Amino acid sequence: MKTDVSSRVVDKGQKQSHFTANLGSRYTIDRIFKYAAWGATGVSILILVWLLVTIVADGIGTLNWNFITSFPSRRAENAGIIAALVGTVWVMCLVALFTVPLGVGAGIFLEEFAEDNWFTRLVEINIGNLAGVPSIIYGLLGLAVFARIMQPITGGRSVLSGSLTLSLLILPVVIVSTREALRAIPNSLRLAGYALGATRWQVIWSHVLPAAVPGILTGVILALSRAIGETAPLIAVGAAVFISFLPEGLQSQFTAMPIQIYNWVGRPQEEFHYIAASGIIVLMAMLLVMNGVAVYLRNHFQKDF
Amino acid sequence: MPTPLPSTSISEVSDSKTIALQMEKVSVYYGSNLAVKDVYLEIPEHEIVAFIGPSGCGKSTILRCFNRMNDLIPSARVDGRILFDGEEITGKRVDPVELRRRVGMVFQKPNPFPKSIYDNITFGARINGYQGNYDELVERSLRGAALWDEVKDKLQESGLGLSGGQQQRLCIARAIAIEPEVILMDEPCSALDPISTIKVEELMHELKERYTIVIVTHNMQQASRVSDRTAFFNAVATDQGGKMGYLVEYNHTQDIFSNPKEEYTRDYVSGRFG
Ligand SMILES: Nc1ncnc2c1ncn2[C@@H]1O[C@H](COP(=O)(O)OP(=O)(O)O)[C@@H](O)[C@H]1O
Ligand SMILES: [Mg+2]
Repeated sequence: MKTDVSSRVVDKGQKQSHFTANLGSRYTIDRIFKYAAWGATGVSILILVWLLVTIVADGIGTLNWNFITSFPSRRAENAGIIAALVGTVWVMCLVALFTVPLGVGAGIFLEEFAEDNWFTRLVEINIGNLAGVPSIIYGLLGLAVFARIMQPITGGRSVLSGSLTLSLLILPVVIVSTREALRAIPNSLRLAGYALGATRWQVIWSHVLPAAVPGILTGVILALSRAIGETAPLIAVGAAVFISFLPEGLQSQFTAMPIQIYNWVGRPQEEFHYIAASGIIVLMAMLLVMNGVAVYLRNHFQKDF
Repeated sequence: MPTPLPSTSISEVSDSKTIALQMEKVSVYYGSNLAVKDVYLEIPEHEIVAFIGPSGCGKSTILRCFNRMNDLIPSARVDGRILFDGEEITGKRVDPVELRRRVGMVFQKPNPFPKSIYDNITFGARINGYQGNYDELVERSLRGAALWDEVKDKLQESGLGLSGGQQQRLCIARAIAIEPEVILMDEPCSALDPISTIKVEELMHELKERYTIVIVTHNMQQASRVSDRTAFFNAVATDQGGKMGYLVEYNHTQDIFSNPKEEYTRDYVSGRFG
């Protein structure tokens, strides 16, 4: 007790203190937690760096323009990723096209319009559940509904079927993140609009949505980043693994990068493992670009309240 | 425990002035909770009426009745008759959107839109179908809110870049841009520094020429400085453990502060409770 700074000060004034500051041990705990947090961060970053380094080391040698612009081949040195790259771009564009209006619309409805009753609560709970359903289940659903039942429209195992399946997969994520973005908008903003004689839609369209755009965009792009790496549902729907043409339309057969990579990794010849690593680098570059766009958009539209 | 009065008879207070807003036996419930009971109130045109009273006695709740902002709270229910310009404004036949164009509101925390100063002013006008010149409207409104000189060179900058006091005057400018007849203010100065507060108070004296103003305030000096009449609200504990607000006394501000009829009012204005 006597070593304690504050109590010594108090002792000098001959006053009885009700506090024992215990600064020494409090700072020690502070330090321990700092190092623990540091350690946790360090370990995650190390694992990530190690992953990146091995992939780049394996794949950089075979990553060249030829690889990016060639179709797959039985011989590793001739094989390229163009079919999968273009297939992935197709799928991503279609998924964005389907999920943004549907997901954002549903999010707006649930957050801004729906009354709080048992029905909306049921919908809410189930959207949460859907976000947690394993992706292979969506693949089987897509196979049954889009590739088989709706074959006359989708053309069967087509780029359209694959996109619809992935759209289902990420729709709950888009809805949930839209709702979160809307919920983060202070209510005072809505009240300001209403008090000027705005209708609900005018308040949402003119004030709430613009303010929520950064959050919504971030959610959409993160959801798309999830979709871009999905393999299982696309395999279930029937994306091909060996394709030597680019998709020509919505009903065209297609492949996507994770499938191509998976296929290469599964081959016995070691050369294919190297080009698989090259494929991973391309896929990650695409992901990075998407996340970069997300960060840019967020900063660009961000407004403080 | 005091019995909530069937509040003060108002006719003696209203002299012969035209009544802008009137309440007859208005009670507001949140769910099954009776938040404010049986308020009778008459607010004359072109006057400033202050609502004072301890926190939670229903001042904001009553204020929100005048522009039907309580409609936006799902659990809220308003009973009784509320008249604006002699016409009943409760019920399905009156459109709250149209009513809010005529009865504007300024909130406790300045809440400009995260848009340019110019767009802050023009939004309300645009949605309400304003036919005139927008540049003139912006200048007129900002002058009306004593803000023009400070912002005339940065109309395209964000309203959020202004100081708190300026933001609040921007909100007032935004409210008067749609030419309301009444402006409701819910503790408009409680988030402002003393100098900004004085500015807003001076502004209110000017606004009174053209608008009827109802202001909720925590600050009794403010009530006595700016208002013509003062309504004192209080709350009593209910059997369910909640609080129920009621109007204790409503009179000329001078009388409320120097010659209150009710003992509670006297205690409150002299700072003995609340
Ligand atoms: N949105 C609301 N939902 C439920 N109860 C509310 C709501 N707003 C106010 N109340 C209740 O109504 C009573 C009066 O509140 P309020 O009008 O804000 O008082 P004041 O403005 O005088 O401080 C309080 O007891 C408060 O808890
Ligand atoms: Mg209040």
